[in-house]
Amino acid sequence: MSFFRKPLLAFSASVLLAASVAGPAQAEDISLLNVSYDPTREFYQEYNKEFADWYKAESGDSVTIEQSHGGAGKQARSVIDGLPADVVTLALAYDISAIGERTGKLPADWQTRLPNNSAPYSSTIVFLVRKGNPKNIQDWDDLTKPGVEVITPNPKTSGGARWNYLAAWSYVLKKELGDLSKLDKPEFVDEVKAAEQKARDYVTALYKNVPILDSGARGSTTTFVKRGLGDVLLAWENEALLAVNKLSKGEFDIVVPSISILAEPPVTVVNGNVEKKGKGAVEAAEAYLEYLYSPVAQQLAAKHYYRPVFEHFADKEDLKRFPNVTRVTVQDVFGGWQNAQKTHFNDGGVFDAIYLPQ
Amino acid sequence: MKRSFSILPGFRLASGITLFYLSLLVLIPLCALVWKTTELSLEELVATLTNSRVLASFRVSILTALAAALINLFLGFVIAWVLVRYPMPFKRLFDAVIDLPFALPTAVAGIVLAALYAPDGWIGSFFTELGIRIAYTPLGIVVALMFIGLPFVVRTVEPVLQDLDSQLEEAAQSLGASPWTIFRRVLFPPLIPALLTGFALAFARGLGEYGSVIFIAGNMPMVSEIVPLLIITKLEQYDYAGATAIGLMMLVVAFIMLLVINMLQAWTRKRTGKL
Repeated sequence: MSFFRKPLLAFSASVLLAASVAGPAQAEDISLLNVSYDPTREFYQEYNKEFADWYKAESGDSVTIEQSHGGAGKQARSVIDGLPADVVTLALAYDISAIGERTGKLPADWQTRLPNNSAPYSSTIVFLVRKGNPKNIQDWDDLTKPGVEVITPNPKTSGGARWNYLAAWSYVLKKELGDLSKLDKPEFVDEVKAAEQKARDYVTALYKNVPILDSGARGSTTTFVKRGLGDVLLAWENEALLAVNKLSKGEFDIVVPSISILAEPPVTVVNGNVEKKGKGAVEAAEAYLEYLYSPVAQQLAAKHYYRPVFEHFADKEDLKRFPNVTRVTVQDVFGGWQNAQKTHFNDGGVFDAIYLPQ
Repeated sequence: MKRSFSILPGFRLASGITLFYLSLLVLIPLCALVWKTTELSLEELVATLTNSRVLASFRVSILTALAAALINLFLGFVIAWVLVRYPMPFKRLFDAVIDLPFALPTAVAGIVLAALYAPDGWIGSFFTELGIRIAYTPLGIVVALMFIGLPFVVRTVEPVLQDLDSQLEEAAQSLGASPWTIFRRVLFPPLIPALLTGFALAFARGLGEYGSVIFIAGNMPMVSEIVPLLIITKLEQYDYAGATAIGLMMLVVAFIMLLVINMLQAWTRKRTGKL
């Protein structure tokens, strides 16, 4: 609660201050570009309208928000190559950090600028299985059984696939070590090594059961839902819920594994771009992201199958859709996205080794 | 050389436009590609290009493009032959259909083909019974590239077929040549350069095709991963230099292939006595 109140109060105060200093504030027409990834389309469509109405009442400025959606990596590259995004709302902190490193348009500590690692909503990785769960898939261990076909995209090209992979890895570490804090303690170094070898064996076995590596998460969903291939789809919870509730009611079940990963899609202002548009635009962009933590936005996020940071703002009915699951964080298990990317997904990393001829 | 200046007016203007246009659209982007690659040291460049996954993807890309172009060479020729030589109902309609792969967004083609050739798709289920998997194997890539490349062969061969002098055929007939001999000695030789051009175009197009292939390939490393996908993979790691290195290598391969085919063409022209 206090998280949300403070920036908003500060913001309201600054608006009042600006108004009192500059005399009657001139109402501006501001347009902002929000560069996002694929599954947020429906959420932002609704949110942008809510925000524009609220902001107009609050400050008098009219804000039009344009949206761009696509694979998270591709979207980040577009911004690096010059797409004038004023705010980015992407799937991975890694992609947003890449924008900062390559363009200098946002500070290195961008992720501390908003509450909860700048992630106003979160998700996790779950299993989508065919109706009645014919292969009886209950947890991660069932995915490596012979005869089980797993559909997941290529972690080299898909942000969602990286979450899948990291969730699988985390499951084995947690199972082997019991307590993930052992990862940082030197006295457990041998135990950690053994657990990592188990995790390596596990993901190798897992990807041996993957017959197709689509290049993106939506592609995998299509392969599983429309092409009818595979027994289980590793998916974002929000995508799985969408498939179960909207796309093809009654054809699929969601299985929640014992352990999964906390997926936090972060948001931030691209200072280098929005500052060119003037003070009004900067304020609007900041308010746009802060308002994501408001009751209205949190309720909307839950409606669109994202787990809200502040659950008490969401509808009770919406919250029922999110089962309890232990979610570990990328920070705890992998020491942050940069490390995870380097060790596992870059060329020559652990994932590549799976496919090298023995 | 000097005479050709005077025959047609406007040489300077025309060649100026040509040079400007080519530079703007082709040469400058290609130079940028080379320039970006120089960010890599020689060792890094060699390491990137000799990586086993990169080599495997080059094998997949070249072999599937070659296979698809060869099949199109044969079938495209047959289709062009039928369209030009035989009276047929709805000929114009068929003729128009040939160009559709040019116009269709390649992603649409890929998705449709994947749906049809998937194990439970209309065509795929038939092949599954025979024990053949098409979608999500290298065979699927060949199918997609056949679709994309077909118009190139048909459209290059068709006009040449139309322009064939029927008097030559009649002369051969009156001199007692069998239909097969007429085809082999009279009709076919002048078509060879056009066939080679069509083949080269289809092959080059197949080598670089991305949109339709990723939907049907399955994209398994070492097995059905094409070179353009590997470039995307590099970009996804923000490894721009590595991506351009592979892109450059591809350019070199395509250039060599096209050069060889051009030389073959020149040789057949000489042999058949045409200019």
